[in-house]
Parts: sequence; structure tokens; C-alpha cells
Amino acid sequence: MKKDELLAPGHRTCAGCGPAIAIRMLLRATGPNTVICNATGCIEVTTTQYPTTSWKIPWIHVLFENAASVASGIREALDMQGKSDVNVIALGGDGGMMDIGFRAISGLWERGHNVLVITYDNESYANTGVQRSGGTPWHASTSTTPSGSASKGKDQWKKDMPAIAAAHHIPYVATASIAQPFDLDKKVKKALSIKGPKYIHIHCPCTIGWRFDESKTIEIAKLALDTKMCALYEIENHKKTLTYKPKGTPVKEYLKAQARFRHLTDEDIEEYQKRIDEVWARDFE
Amino acid sequence: MMLMKKKHIPGGIITDVGSTIIEKTGTWRTFKPVVDMNKCIGCGICERFCPDGCIEIKNKKCIIDYDYCKGCLICMNECPVKAIEKEIEKK
Ligand SMILES: Cc1ncc(C[n+]2csc(CCOP(=O)(O)OP(=O)(O)O)c2C)c(N)n1
Ligand code: SF4
Ligand code: SF4
Repeated sequence: MKKDELLAPGHRTCAGCGPAIAIRMLLRATGPNTVICNATGCIEVTTTQYPTTSWKIPWIHVLFENAASVASGIREALDMQGKSDVNVIALGGDGGMMDIGFRAISGLWERGHNVLVITYDNESYANTGVQRSGGTPWHASTSTTPSGSASKGKDQWKKDMPAIAAAHHIPYVATASIAQPFDLDKKVKKALSIKGPKYIHIHCPCTIGWRFDESKTIEIAKLALDTKMCALYEIENHKKTLTYKPKGTPVKEYLKAQARFRHLTDEDIEEYQKRIDEVWARDFE
Repeated sequence: MMLMKKKHIPGGIITDVGSTIIEKTGTWRTFKPVVDMNKCIGCGICERFCPDGCIEIKNKKCIIDYDYCKGCLICMNECPVKAIEKEIEKK
């Protein structure tokens, strides 16, 4: 077994779990001098079946609502003890961070606590059976937005969490993907080198929720980047910089690869492409 | 459940870090990834992408820890020189 691995195996994430890959990449970048406050969700549940834990660094399980509040408190206490060099991270899924725990995160950013907030975005409340969240993309079928004769899946567009973070005028905001490990590594290290509140949003496919073969997690993550379903960028000093140039693959290839979009017709997909192009033009051109 | 016998601190505090290693998730496998050592170039891409952290690059070769490998086959799919193949797991 590898000695420098900070997340021990034996955790119960599904085979091919995207968030598990994200956490491994995250920990490789943070190193051991780190405390993690983890909101409820797949990663928390699968890594800490009492009385065992996969984590080899200080880690605390907190409610959805207060990961950011607990992280702020830990930051204050460590600073008081003269341990300002310890990294503090508030971590959770899209449900925990973009929806339920959001107001505590907004508070953390507004107060200016020296904490890195991370969303691992698997685009649903996966742990409780794939309910739709603010992170679920348009038209995805979930257990609370099932597709059928009267529905094309989720009606709303994905919530733009990094833009909301940027509106707090914090020093560093970035998006990352498990398909780009070196880029992810660089962004986490950069974020931790900056004092103050920062946010990284990590896109990571979930084999159960998105319904694709468990060997294709990275393939799907790459397709998300190339079809412009997920953009990689940094926002510093109010300036947004793209860090990955998409190939411009038709979104059809991404949608067809996942059963959560299986119900979409050719016309629906055409409409999807149009909206993707509009959003990209609005945000990056 | 040898761990259960240890003294536990009340309040859900776990001091035995990395202790999920008692759970051998290798029993989950339907397919087994098998590395062709002649083809493997030791690039480490599979190691980065394995969700379970059970690949190690030793002497520039990919070594899989079958005690924990769940058989997702991401490593097989992402290997740039196609050095990994699948076999049906024999129980
Ligand atoms: C306030 C509250 N509501 C509901 C739950 C039940 N619950 C536990 S995990 C979970 C899903 C978490 O979703 P997300 O944050 O997206 O993480 P994921 O499971 O996708 O990793 C839910 C709804 C809870 N623990 N607390
Ligand atoms: S449901 Fe999705 S996020 Fe949760 S453990 Fe399985 S693959 Fe990972
Ligand atoms: S099959 Fe999956 S779990 Fe097994 S070594 Fe390959 S990537 Fe890791």
C-alpha cells in the first residue's frame, strides 16, 4: 500500500466513482497539513463507516448546513494557536454546497475567512438516490425530475455557482475537472497559496446518477469539457481566464453517452446545442 | 471486526486513521484488470485516475492491489498504450 496516499482504500464509493477521483487529486495537492470539514453526502458516507475512516488527515463530518461555519471556527482556533499555515477546507457535494449549505458559505466568503471552499459536483443528491439539485443540468432525468410523457427531466438550467462566488469578490475562484489532473493540482495549490476565502468547483461524473458504464468516468468528464458542458477557468482580480480550450465536439456526443439524457429527441438536442452556444458566447466571447 | 474491540472515544471520534483497509473491496470485482508488463511504459496515468488509489508505479511498472481494486476498468480505458486488459473474475 502507498504510504503517501492520504485517502486509504477500502472506502465504499461505487466502482468508477468520479468524486472519489476528485478527492484523491485534491489530497495530493493539499498535502497532510490540512483539515477538512466535510458536509454529508456520498464522500462522507462512504469513507467513514464507524469505527473506521479512510482519511489520514484531520477530518470532521458536519451537517449540510454548516460545513462553512465549522470551517470558519476551525480557522479562527488554528490562527489563535499560531497555526496559520494549516490549510482549512470546507468540502461537499453540489447539493450540500450549492443549495442547502450555501448561506453559510456566503457568510464565510463575506467575512473573509482564510478557507478553501470546494464543491465536488456530481450534479445530483447522489447519496440519497439521485434527486435533482441546483447543480443538475437542464433536461437531466433524476428521481425527482423523471422524464416521461409530460416531462423532459429538469426544467431549469444549472446554477452558476462560480459566478456567485465571484460576486463575493473573493481573491480566487476556479473550476476544475477530474479529466485534467494537472490543471486541478495547480489550481488547488494556487488557491492554498492565497490568503483569504477561495472557491474551487470540481466537475466529476457519477456513474450511478448519470447512468454510464463505470469504466467511462474519465471519458465522460473529457467529453463535458470538449462539448462546452463544463468550462475550465480561473477568476482573479475580476478577470476570467479560460484554462482549457474545448474542441467544440457536438453536445449530442455527451448527451448520448448517458442514460439520464436518453429521452431527448433530435430536436431537443438541437435546442440543447443552441443554448450551450448562447451561454458560451455570453460567458467567454 | 477486530477494530470493534479497541477502546473507542465517545462522540464518534475515530483515531485509527486509514482504517477502512480492513474492508477488502476487491471482492466486488466482476472484471479484473490485468497489466501486460511488456507494454506498460510506467506513465502513471492509471494511478491518477483510479478512484480507489490501488495502483502503484514501481520500477516504472503499474502494480495493481487486487485486495482493493473494484474492477471499474477506468485504468484499462485510459491507458495510452493499451497495456491493460480485462479478464472475467474467477471466484
Ligand atoms: C438537512 C438534511 N436533509 C437531508 C439529508 C439527507 N441526505 C444525506 S446525503 C444527501 C445527498 C447529498 O447530496 P450532495 O451534497 O449533492 O452530495 P452527494 O451525495 O451527491 O455526494 C441527503 C439529501 C440530510 N442529511 N440533511
Ligand atoms: S452514487 Fe455517484 S458519487 Fe456516490 S459513490 Fe456512487 S458514483 Fe460516487
Ligand atoms: S479497475 Fe478501477 S479500481 Fe481497479 S485498478 Fe483499475 S482504476 Fe483502480
